[in-house]
Amino acid sequence: MKINVTINGTAYERDVEPRTLLAYFLREELGLTGTHVGCDSSSCGVCVVVLDGERAVKSCTMFAVMADGHEITTVEGLANGATLHPLQQAFWDCHGLQCGYCTPGMLMTSLVLLKNNPDPSEPEIREALAGNLCRCTGYQNIVKSVQQAARELSAQPVGS
Amino acid sequence: MATIVEAPAPAERHSIGLSMKRKEDPRFIQGRGRYLDDIVIPHTLHLALVHSPYPHARIVKIDKTAALALPGVKAVITGEDLVAANLGWIPTFHGYDKQMVLAVGKALFQYQEVAGVIATSREIAHDAAELVEVEYEPLDVVVDPFEARKDETIIRDDRENKTNHIYHWEVGKREETDAALAASDVHINERIEFQRCHPAPLEPCGILADMDRGTGRLTMYLTSQAPHAHRTVVSLVTGIPEDKIRIVSPDIGGGFGNKVPVYPGYVVATAASVILGVPVKWVETRTENLTTTGFARDYHMNVEIGATKDGQITALKVVTVADHGAFDAAADPTKYPAGMFGVVTGSYDFPLAFTELDAYFTNKAPGGVAYRCSFRVTEASYAIERGMDMLAQRLGMDPAELRLKNFVKKAQFPYASPLGFVYDSGDYHLTLEKALARIGYAELRKEQAEKRARGEYMGIGISTFTEVVGAGPSKLFDIMGIKMFDSAEIRIHPTGSGIVRTGARHQGQGHETTWAQIVAEELGLDAQNILVEEGDTDTAPYGLGTYASRSTPVAGGAISLAARKIREKAKKIAAHLLEAAEDDVEWTDYKFALSGVPGKTVTMQEVAFAAYTNPPPGMEPGLEATFYYDPPNMTFPHGAYIAVVDVDAETGETKVRRFLAIDDCGTVINPMIVEGQIHGGLTEGFAIAFMQEIRFDEGGNHLNTNFTEYLVPTSLETPHWETGNTVTPSPHHPIGAKGVGESPNVGSPAAFVNAVVDALSPLGVKHIEMPMTRAKVWHAIADARA
Repeated sequence: MKINVTINGTAYERDVEPRTLLAYFLREELGLTGTHVGCDSSSCGVCVVVLDGERAVKSCTMFAVMADGHEITTVEGLANGATLHPLQQAFWDCHGLQCGYCTPGMLMTSLVLLKNNPDPSEPEIREALAGNLCRCTGYQNIVKSVQQAARELSAQPVGS
Repeated sequence: MATIVEAPAPAERHSIGLSMKRKEDPRFIQGRGRYLDDIVIPHTLHLALVHSPYPHARIVKIDKTAALALPGVKAVITGEDLVAANLGWIPTFHGYDKQMVLAVGKALFQYQEVAGVIATSREIAHDAAELVEVEYEPLDVVVDPFEARKDETIIRDDRENKTNHIYHWEVGKREETDAALAASDVHINERIEFQRCHPAPLEPCGILADMDRGTGRLTMYLTSQAPHAHRTVVSLVTGIPEDKIRIVSPDIGGGFGNKVPVYPGYVVATAASVILGVPVKWVETRTENLTTTGFARDYHMNVEIGATKDGQITALKVVTVADHGAFDAAADPTKYPAGMFGVVTGSYDFPLAFTELDAYFTNKAPGGVAYRCSFRVTEASYAIERGMDMLAQRLGMDPAELRLKNFVKKAQFPYASPLGFVYDSGDYHLTLEKALARIGYAELRKEQAEKRARGEYMGIGISTFTEVVGAGPSKLFDIMGIKMFDSAEIRIHPTGSGIVRTGARHQGQGHETTWAQIVAEELGLDAQNILVEEGDTDTAPYGLGTYASRSTPVAGGAISLAARKIREKAKKIAAHLLEAAEDDVEWTDYKFALSGVPGKTVTMQEVAFAAYTNPPPGMEPGLEATFYYDPPNMTFPHGAYIAVVDVDAETGETKVRRFLAIDDCGTVINPMIVEGQIHGGLTEGFAIAFMQEIRFDEGGNHLNTNFTEYLVPTSLETPHWETGNTVTPSPHHPIGAKGVGESPNVGSPAAFVNAVVDALSPLGVKHIEMPMTRAKVWHAIADARA
């Protein structure tokens, strides 16, 4: 099936097998391997990408054809050139990652959280991240990272 | 030697002791880590495995026809095919057993690998795996090791001895211990289980095997915690010379012991690549990960402690039945079939002790891996820390007081334990006293008494564990005969930057940062400009890898001593530059200085440049060194953990209100990274205590085949962790470091269980087995009330 999809601001037209999962389309067709696969049952969240700038979706639970006509943001689209996104910077500053496998999913889920709720409480952050598993950090420094990014983003001038 | 250091004093340190941000992070936060499945070689074929639906069944017939007829399928491989290629069986790590690659004759556990399908895409391979027709004849199933012990159904009829018993192991003084127990005023005798659980790293296991017929070399990209050990195993099994094998362990998405063993998928993919001459990839599914790869624990322990009526311990005896599954694939050093279980006397000065263990085959997946644990230290620690609380409950004594009364004292170090270890250093009183003060123990006990009067259930659980890590000294430790040293190679470049390579392989522990900090500290260089590289057997010096908290104790020691070799040579070059005798030059304040001449100094950077541009006459140019470090002893990290748990006696719901971990891992290289390791290990310990168990029904069916059934705690359940430390350096380690990554997973389960039992002790509850699910806690309360 032919699909038209915009990934990280670039438009792609591709012919895909209908059963291709979005996660594998991103990884294998486009080489965007920052989106990971970890569980096959939509449990772990290492595959989370952002759909149309507003929804965090598990790309292992979505067919590539369902992305037809939509915009997808992956972890590779987060930084502005060489400048890290405040979320990326915060995960680095606060030791919000260890093996790094869950990190792209954590970042993309957090991106949507902060768009919808620029000043989340700790319980709100924990609630938002409940679909993203991490085996290394115990989440505490991930929460700290999201809090730092929230402060940083709200300090930035509007429109930047 | 012990000193309390709240945080290491940065002013005195150049690099060690500083919370330097991690050098490996930029690639991960940008989605540019390179994990196994991210590696792509054009025209790669894909492997999918066929699994047995039966836990024990004779294989009558395998029909490949339908699978081979599917377009895109290149080959279907069975156990018989591998036997013909002399690859039907592979040795297990400690050499007591061998393991089937694909089932031959019969399948021995549910989900056992029976056949492999090689196809042009992952999807076709999985489709074709469904088309492989296997006819089975089901056999009687043994899932309980106590049933296996009866030898009514023999699981391994391939072995000469027709028994399910694998081995007996014991250490200590049996008769004296029994006599002391019989003579003791108080004697507890309790069964304690450590349930089967699974490391379940988020990245599954996998391989990309690439046999290059042009060069005759086999490259294996492998999720490997021990690439050199794996290269040697591959060479021994296949006969391919080691120079023709390159193992590359790329970024690893968590290991926790799961990526130490060799799995059938690795062997089949490699065999297929060698035979077909093309790259073959296999990445397991989550279900394959949970059902077939290395499980952990599954120890059934009987703990006896004798004591005087005022709480002086007199003897310890622990008798264990171990369930090893269908093969004895536990990864333990050769001389230690039960790993480091002999550390079961823990932090306590038992005058007498004895422990014995019998291991059995069952119709369950093989494993017994050291899941975030130094070879069975977790089981041992859980047994003694639960046992001490059971004793305290029996005596009606405060569990902190009982511990303080019986700790090995600071003055006793180095301490020879009754089961054969020599503990290097520790200050158990200091660590527990610090924890009690910081959590406000007396106030908590007061609050508990008030709550009990109101019919509310609050518990305080203590665990004061001692680990034995850093395997290990070559006279005692080997795997398949290979001594368990580790290694480091350091090259300092002309402009004063450098590269360090080791035989370890990190999986999130932060080696790219902490190793650079060690080199920077030893050589006065900038850690930002020390590159760390691990995981490629073509470039890294030989080492046994990263597990059992051995990286810092062993590879870390090698790095430090390699750097000191460089410093010795550098001193000669500095003398040359200072136009002085070497004896007049000293290393001070991270520079070489001419004694007695203030301001006359040479930096390591200047020395490095001279090593390539202006070496002293007759000296070999360059500035590099390799060191193979054979540690003189193990290291013994310890800690005092306190959990505060509220229990709702009507619903069985538990809530960890507070958890404080005071750890002592000796010298701290990077406090931020150490704290992160503690957070992660506590979370895994919390999961084991409350949520996780690999379960089987009576028919041997696996009941936890994915993350909806095998639960990983989310951000919602995970408690907030409070941390702190004391510093008792290891006297024999070059920088005094002991290792830390596993301490929280070893020490915390007992703290959680002790807290829940403490909460419910007014009802008469004496023990609850892990995982302490709501239902199990509710039943414990109901039974106690009945």
